[in-house]
Amino acid sequence: MSKFGGNNNKKDVPQPGTGSLSDIVFMLLFFFMVTTQMRETENKVIVKMPEASEVAKLERKDLSSYINVGTPTRTYQAQYGTDARIQLNDSFKTVEDIRDFIAAERESMSEADRQFMTTVLRTDEDVRMGIVTDIKQELRRCSALKIMYMARRAEK
Amino acid sequence: MAKKKTPGLNTSSTADIAFLLLCYFLMTTTMGTQTGLSRRLPPMPDPNAKVEDQKVNRRNIIIVKINSADKLLAGNEPMDVSLLKDKIKEFLTNPADRPDLPEKEMKDIEGYGMYPVSKGVISLQNDRGTSYHAYIAVQNELVKAVNELRNEFSYKNYGKAFDRLTEEQQEIVKTAIPQNISEAEPKDVKK
Repeated sequence: MSKFGGNNNKKDVPQPGTGSLSDIVFMLLFFFMVTTQMRETENKVIVKMPEASEVAKLERKDLSSYINVGTPTRTYQAQYGTDARIQLNDSFKTVEDIRDFIAAERESMSEADRQFMTTVLRTDEDVRMGIVTDIKQELRRCSALKIMYMARRAEK
Repeated sequence: MAKKKTPGLNTSSTADIAFLLLCYFLMTTTMGTQTGLSRRLPPMPDPNAKVEDQKVNRRNIIIVKINSADKLLAGNEPMDVSLLKDKIKEFLTNPADRPDLPEKEMKDIEGYGMYPVSKGVISLQNDRGTSYHAYIAVQNELVKAVNELRNEFSYKNYGKAFDRLTEEQQEIVKTAIPQNISEAEPKDVKK
């Protein structure tokens, strides 16, 4: 026991262990790695999905190709205007390009999986049906008949 | 003499490394919210084939139209979206066997037996100016009507909700109450 116990007192209150901190962060990391998926394309159109109460989950994400329809984001508005546009992969396209897009998507799938291919329409809720009807007609012409209207699950 | 301890590995920076990784994944990934309404489009009619007169009996078809002002017309009467579900349910079940509602066909369903399956078809038509929001709302009501009928059927016959049935039972229910929604050829719906 010492009267000038500066050193001793410091030893009594140990530093909080930071060894487990990394474990905690790793746990967070794994959580996010499992629950999220990689963003494949940059969104160039604004899509606010409509709400629906009877939605079903998309079963095979790897077998789906996405068609985004909506107003271009602010960066692209100067170039493409504010009318609803179609985005395939990473660029703005027209209805005529859907044929090539579907063909390319089909090509990238294995023979057995092609029949299960789903085309997911990610469409903004303010878009007029005219453009959606055009897309649907084009998809019918390419016989990509399985489609899904993407929608958010609404609270009941 | 006190034992000399070997110094522990300095681990204080692993947390930083993990944080960096975490931030990377937070930035590059998205949460999986992939839900929607599945549909099957009708195949394109063959242009060489002769145009056949596909006369579906008038009573077996209900036409749901949405015009460019998002107003709804179901079976020749204007209607609010909230009332559409009950209208469709009445159309598909035809409980009083009315002559202006769809006829039923006795069908032998494997694993269940005879059941009068409705021949009703819902034809959905929209204008080019219809908003997508209204379109999905109507689609949702149509699916909801069919889902509720399927649930009622499941409760009556199996005492369980449709989701909790086995796969074979679900197939039976699906055959008994088909979801016949036809998205017609694009047509301009007049006001």
